[in-house]
Amino acid sequence: MAAFSAVKIPPPQFTTVRSSSQRPGSSPAHFAHSPSAFNSISFGSAKSVRSRPLFAVSSDVVSSDKTKPASSSSSNPAVTREVALELYEDMVLGRAFEDMCAQMYYRGKMFGFVHLYNGQEAVSTGFIKLLNQSDKVVSTYRDHVHALSKGVPSREVMAELFGKATGCCRGQGGSMHMFSAAHNVLGGFAFIGEGIPVATGAAFSAKYHHEVLKQSKPEGLDVTLAFFGDGTCNNGQFFECLNMAQLWKLPIIFVVENNLWAIGMSHLRATSDPEIWKKGPAFGMPGVHVDGMDVLKVREVAQEAIARARRGEGPTLVECETYRFRGHSLADPDELRKPDEKAHYAARDPIIALKKYIIEHGLASESELKSIDKKIDDVVEDAVEFADSSPLPPRTQLLENVFADPKGFGIGPDGKYRCEDPLFTQGTAQV
Amino acid sequence: MASLQMAALLSAPSTPVPSDRVRVGSLRLSASSSSAARNGGALVVRSEAKVSGGGASARGLSLITHAVAEKAAAASSADSKPGHELLLFEALREGLDEEMERDPTVCVMGEDVGHYGGSYKVTKGLATKYGDLRVLDTPIAENSFTGMGIGSAMTGLRPVVEGMNMGFLLLAYNQISNNCGMLHYTSGGQFKIPIVIRGPGGVGRQLGAEHSQRLESYFQSIPGLQMVACSTPYNAKGLMKAAIRSENPVVLFEHVLLYNLKERIPDEEYVLSLEEAEMVRPGEHVTILTYSRMRYHVMQAAKTLVNKGYDPEVIDIRSLKPFDLYTIGNSIKKTHRVLIVEECMRTGGIGASLRSAIIDNFWDYLDAPILCLSSQDVPTPYAGTLENWTVVQPEQIVAAVEQLCK
Repeated sequence: MAAFSAVKIPPPQFTTVRSSSQRPGSSPAHFAHSPSAFNSISFGSAKSVRSRPLFAVSSDVVSSDKTKPASSSSSNPAVTREVALELYEDMVLGRAFEDMCAQMYYRGKMFGFVHLYNGQEAVSTGFIKLLNQSDKVVSTYRDHVHALSKGVPSREVMAELFGKATGCCRGQGGSMHMFSAAHNVLGGFAFIGEGIPVATGAAFSAKYHHEVLKQSKPEGLDVTLAFFGDGTCNNGQFFECLNMAQLWKLPIIFVVENNLWAIGMSHLRATSDPEIWKKGPAFGMPGVHVDGMDVLKVREVAQEAIARARRGEGPTLVECETYRFRGHSLADPDELRKPDEKAHYAARDPIIALKKYIIEHGLASESELKSIDKKIDDVVEDAVEFADSSPLPPRTQLLENVFADPKGFGIGPDGKYRCEDPLFTQGTAQV
Repeated sequence: MASLQMAALLSAPSTPVPSDRVRVGSLRLSASSSSAARNGGALVVRSEAKVSGGGASARGLSLITHAVAEKAAAASSADSKPGHELLLFEALREGLDEEMERDPTVCVMGEDVGHYGGSYKVTKGLATKYGDLRVLDTPIAENSFTGMGIGSAMTGLRPVVEGMNMGFLLLAYNQISNNCGMLHYTSGGQFKIPIVIRGPGGVGRQLGAEHSQRLESYFQSIPGLQMVACSTPYNAKGLMKAAIRSENPVVLFEHVLLYNLKERIPDEEYVLSLEEAEMVRPGEHVTILTYSRMRYHVMQAAKTLVNKGYDPEVIDIRSLKPFDLYTIGNSIKKTHRVLIVEECMRTGGIGASLRSAIIDNFWDYLDAPILCLSSQDVPTPYAGTLENWTVVQPEQIVAAVEQLCK
């Protein structure tokens, strides 16, 4: 709580300083301000320094809060066994699913632009597993794992990717447009930034339901999470929504998945001030930076941000430092990222880190974790079989969902509404 | 305004309305349970069914059989004439107010809609009545607040988003095209977007090029969007209510120069059909299709034409997308000659689409090529003379009809 309420920010540091709360096991950020940093970033952990001010939340929360011991202490784990296994299973599902997507893509079962989430699982799991069913998630084109974490069945997501009628969007959306009304996944957007206003609207709706319609819940306001990347943080819609969300104290959390690259554009080459979390306080909301490769740290930050939003205290901007192990999409040759950068983050694989944590704290045995791996493999295989054997959308589906009210197709020359034309339901009507 | 009174005069048909003009289809519509539920029991008026053939005031009354009487005897006992007189922007406000009263999920978002009351006063007084959250003053961020409207529409609200000038909605094109129009489809029908996007557009009085845009041509290709244009206080209120009640995203085009039109409208509640055209003046010689402000230029030209012995049939198409091909087709089958008069640019405008639709569907009924009078493909100049020559003037309409009927 204390860490979040500190909105006062020290002036920008132009000399790199070592933060006093940096612990040996933690991973430093690499936002040096010197011009040479733009050309080459060294990711060797020994020499790295960080210029992040002292209230980088994850470290402070963990070290100052006595009820939640530091996650590196082996005596008191930060989470219960149940939670740890839930988080592990969710991250493994995300990873296994995306790996299967790559396989299926290269086998010609899915097409178009497919953007995989490998490496970023801690962000999705860390945040979404704290949500209720009625909370909303809004994502971008890198949305498979957000949908899975929120509870959309793997079968439905895989079938959607295969373009089958049993997909969550009846095959009409595809990889970049995962929607689920049942699980409150509000998309899946192809243009970056265009989902953020939609998320702001969902948060507005939550506030409206509470204040105008007087439909309050004991747990508080329904929360909306908006996920997007570093590239989006230079887009106008991002800033416009930060302003509006804070202005009206909307229950939204802006989760930046800063994986340092927007296709081939390095975040440092695109952004005048690369520390995205700082843009929160510029609009009056807390800005938090967290190690996005550590699911427990993400979860702690998420817990506080969500609690704030539920209480009606308004939005939070959370920047998660993370990395995608694969290219931007399956069509991306990924030639610009340096091998040592990739190696650095591969060594911080969130799933391996959590596995290590679970075993070190005696929360579960290796064989239990392996059985979860096996279970997930079965789930993903089943999803593929389901998708494979599902039917393709028939012609009759073509015109059905253009309008919620198909009278919108208008009145034909014969005086009848076009949607009453029998050819309409066959998908062959002239509309 | 003289033109509206003229319009009322000219809309009195010279011949009795044939019975086939009354849409028997209206019975089917109100009988269907889904539409009745959607309209809350108020009768959906088929605008062209002017059974009694009277002027504008009689038009609504003779058809309302079992609508809810919103304003009780008080209003009607005040005058000898039934109904009440108001200006177009007040009619829009009345429609909006009635819908907000009826359904608490209806809300308004836009710049200066709240405390300022709307730059054209359409939302005046609503913030005081409904509060700042229901009539939300937004910062100047069209793309984002339109997207916010879409997000709230997906999650249970029914927002009415105002573009202070329709031209500003060019900034919201991303949201209008991708999310408004397409989201219902890409989500496989899981989310509906019952949003209304409205605002003033069209060529005003020397407002300059950017404030004089006609966005109907830009939006018309967006699948999943419905577009309507109001032109009288009567249809403004009815279309506003219909747009709000529709489950589809609807863009309601208003015109800067029409806000002060005065008309007497019914006291009883009425909702018009979004998909239908309006018969303004039945005739025999030529079908003139128009919408929004050009309706008045057409009616002004019609006066001249009548004096010259012509009998034009004037239809205000009202629904810009989709076109009401039944009303339009019936007219063409009778007159065999079509003139389209619009304020859109020539290239890719509503007229261009309408022409294609008529050729596709009614080619055999045409005795002459379809004429289309549109604005010049010119950024609207500031100078008054140049501005006048940019839009279609009544003299041009008269000349076009004379050419068509040669």
